Amino acid sequence: MRFNTPSSPHFHGPSTVTTVMLRVAYALIPGMLIYSWLFGWGVIINVLLASVTALATEALMLRLRQRPVKMFLSDGSALVTALLLGLALPPLAPWWMVLVGTAFAIIFAKHLYGGLGFNPFNPAMVGYVMLLISFPREMTSWPAPLSLTEIHLTLSQSLAYVFGGNLPIGIKLDALTMATPLDALRTELSLNKVMEEITASPIFGAMGGSGWEWVNIAFLGGGLWLMYKNIISWHVPAAMLGSLALISLVFYFIDPAAYSSPLFHLFSGGAILGAFFIATDPVSGATTPKGRIWFGIGVGVLTYVIRAWGGYPDAVAFSILLMNMAAPTIDHYTRPRVFGHGGK
Amino acid sequence: MIRQLFKFKGGIHPPQHKDISTRQPIKAATLAKQLVLPLHQHIGESAVPIVAVGEHVLKGQKIARAEGYVSASVHASSSGTVVAIEERPIPHPSGLNAQCIVIDTDGEDRWIEHSAPTTPYTEMPASQLRNLIRTSGIVGLGGAGFPSYIKLNPTGTRIDTLILNGVECEPYISCDDMLMRERPEQIIAGAKIMRHALQAKQVLIAIEDNKPEAYAALTNACEHEDIEVVQVPTLYPQGGEKQLIKVLTDKEVPSNGLPVQIGIVVHNVATAAATHNAINLGKTLVSRIVTISGDGVAKPCNLEVPFGTPMRHLLDQCGGLRNDVDRIIMGGPMMGFAMHSTDIPVIKTTNCILAATRDNVTPPSDIMPCIRCGACADVCPVELLPQQLQWFARAKEFDRAQEYNLFDCIECGCCSYVCPSNIPLVHYYRYAKTEIWAQEREKEKADQARQRHEFRLSRIEREAAEKAARLAQKKAAMKNPAAGAQDAKQAAIQAAMARAKAKKQAQGSEPKNTDNLTEAQQQQVNKADEMRAQAQQIAESRRSQAQQMMAGKQAKDEKE
Repeated sequence: MRFNTPSSPHFHGPSTVTTVMLRVAYALIPGMLIYSWLFGWGVIINVLLASVTALATEALMLRLRQRPVKMFLSDGSALVTALLLGLALPPLAPWWMVLVGTAFAIIFAKHLYGGLGFNPFNPAMVGYVMLLISFPREMTSWPAPLSLTEIHLTLSQSLAYVFGGNLPIGIKLDALTMATPLDALRTELSLNKVMEEITASPIFGAMGGSGWEWVNIAFLGGGLWLMYKNIISWHVPAAMLGSLALISLVFYFIDPAAYSSPLFHLFSGGAILGAFFIATDPVSGATTPKGRIWFGIGVGVLTYVIRAWGGYPDAVAFSILLMNMAAPTIDHYTRPRVFGHGGK
Repeated sequence: MIRQLFKFKGGIHPPQHKDISTRQPIKAATLAKQLVLPLHQHIGESAVPIVAVGEHVLKGQKIARAEGYVSASVHASSSGTVVAIEERPIPHPSGLNAQCIVIDTDGEDRWIEHSAPTTPYTEMPASQLRNLIRTSGIVGLGGAGFPSYIKLNPTGTRIDTLILNGVECEPYISCDDMLMRERPEQIIAGAKIMRHALQAKQVLIAIEDNKPEAYAALTNACEHEDIEVVQVPTLYPQGGEKQLIKVLTDKEVPSNGLPVQIGIVVHNVATAAATHNAINLGKTLVSRIVTISGDGVAKPCNLEVPFGTPMRHLLDQCGGLRNDVDRIIMGGPMMGFAMHSTDIPVIKTTNCILAATRDNVTPPSDIMPCIRCGACADVCPVELLPQQLQWFARAKEFDRAQEYNLFDCIECGCCSYVCPSNIPLVHYYRYAKTEIWAQEREKEKADQARQRHEFRLSRIEREAAEKAARLAQKKAAMKNPAAGAQDAKQAAIQAAMARAKAKKQAQGSEPKNTDNLTEAQQQQVNKADEMRAQAQQIAESRRSQAQQMMAGKQAKDEKE
């Protein structure tokens, strides 16, 4: 009898791409639920729409590229892209926008580069930025937190608006939407108001924006769980949030009337989501330990620069894409010292 | 005193499965009818047979002698008759055959006369100890099989620490564990001999904390000894020499270097026990403890096995193979290699025979693309970038792979173990290493050819120069009247030759087609003769050059 003679190791650990991706998806659930609780059904609708689109597009592309459909469809990577994009889009965005953004992300940012593992840019962020540039009005029209508005759309009313643009009689769009805290800050600062006046508005909470801070705390919880489960390392989140906090602290000290506090920066917009779930995307980020730190610092600094002086209220997506570009170079210059090679 | 321990980067915690083979004490393997003893059971040169077919040998009798510096002798592992010296399958990843001495056992298992030496080891010089260890055929029993006497020769370096490695970090393997539990006094006696040979300042015995019984037994046996038994936290691949040194001393063995360079020597615990048997009892190395484990056998256990015993014989003793055995692995599941058959002998480096079913090993599954997660780099004990190495190996960018220190890889398999995409990383590194070695050999060959060519060119040049010089000399001689005497001599010779020729013709010797030629023809013939002579000369010089080269290569090989 001749036995199999595969090469060692003959053991494999329990980790698979699917378990990694699904854990990322699980870690997003608390944030998603709180987000939906505080901002309405639009969040869930976005996420579901994006998921269906992503899986359908993924299947289509795999078939076109003659790759095993079942194996790659079940790896969970398309689902994670969909969740991230769905959460990044304004709730109550028209259905076709979610569709176009997700399909663009999967087709252009992922499969045209070679599919799983070969995309130089984070697909969700490519989809997001494409929509932001193409449809600026829709992309900056955010619903107000439910705590600040009288009008709460039911599920069917939300669906009717997302798919048909129809609001219940007597409700105007203006009553539903409100500037995001980051947006408000930028507009008011440009009107030469000082920070104290601005943050007195009810849309600002204790740390970030009203409502937003809770969403971010939930994302933070999910992110820490991922770290505990060894799915992500501490390097990128710590470096990104640390550098964002540090640089905002410096400017806050210099002129607290013109620059907002570090806490506001950390708990507003996409900082936490970006730090734990998007900048940690292994495929498009740096992979060496030191490289991850530089990558995180880059994202943090760029986020602050664009938020404070750039043309957009939030900047996590742009910063991550810019640093994606730098990742191969960062990896090249941050090779770790090899055991036994001296120079500890 | 609790010793401060350090950490090497990376490492993994694979499931242990050691308990299934430690439930029974070590048993002696039953004697097989035929023993097959490969001449190459160690790192280095093959041993050379010193027995003939038909000869009767006794247990412990030397049947092949060590050849060269890095080599080890082979001894008959039971009494019987040598029936063949021929190629047989050996345990090697290549699955190839190699020279073996085959002995039909007589069932008496009779030892050759041996006795404890009259002088205690403490009074023997280190060189004598080393020589005894060499002639006893002792090699590293942890799995590498490096001749032990070499590692007991510090060659001028002061040895600070002797470490006995009882870590045994691979899953399933428990032969060292059982040895430590049952024969701690042998290990300690061996350690003392080794310490004496090395003049080491301190001796440490390292045991992972998943072997509390072994730790207790050794600690107990060390009570009155100046030997420290250290419990280290379980972490694969801590049994690796360089990793263990880092854990115990925080020192790093330089890349491409040996522990002795930093004043440390590491031996396996079983090697220490074998040293005790050789020096204190005069017994050569003829058997070892082998773990037979895996769900593929009914009764996993540890057996004391004479070398050369076919693995099939041992598996039968453990209840035979189950039908659903997927593969037979020599060594552990992380670094061991799978064998084609069980008709392969146990050799000095066989620490474990793992009869693995589908449940014991990971069945082959789909390989996904790399998602660059870096899990491989996180667990690499050598702090390499396995992911990048894999890209380079796949793209055949071997220069870059070497730049990223491919040859520092110890093939421990941690990277493959954790890879979520299930990429056979180690397989890629082996491929790259083999390719690089092949390329180097090719390059060496090309270098030799180039050297030959250059030598030929320079020779032709030299000859041309010499010819020109001769011509010039001749011309000068013709002009110079003083050379007249020589001309006369030449003329006399010519005349003599003409006479001889005439005589030959007169005698009617065999006609030659070169006789009676015109002047032009004669010139052609002369030219041809000249060329023939030249060709002969070239052939001669090539031959001698080739011989020189061979000699040089041999010398180099020997050095290695």
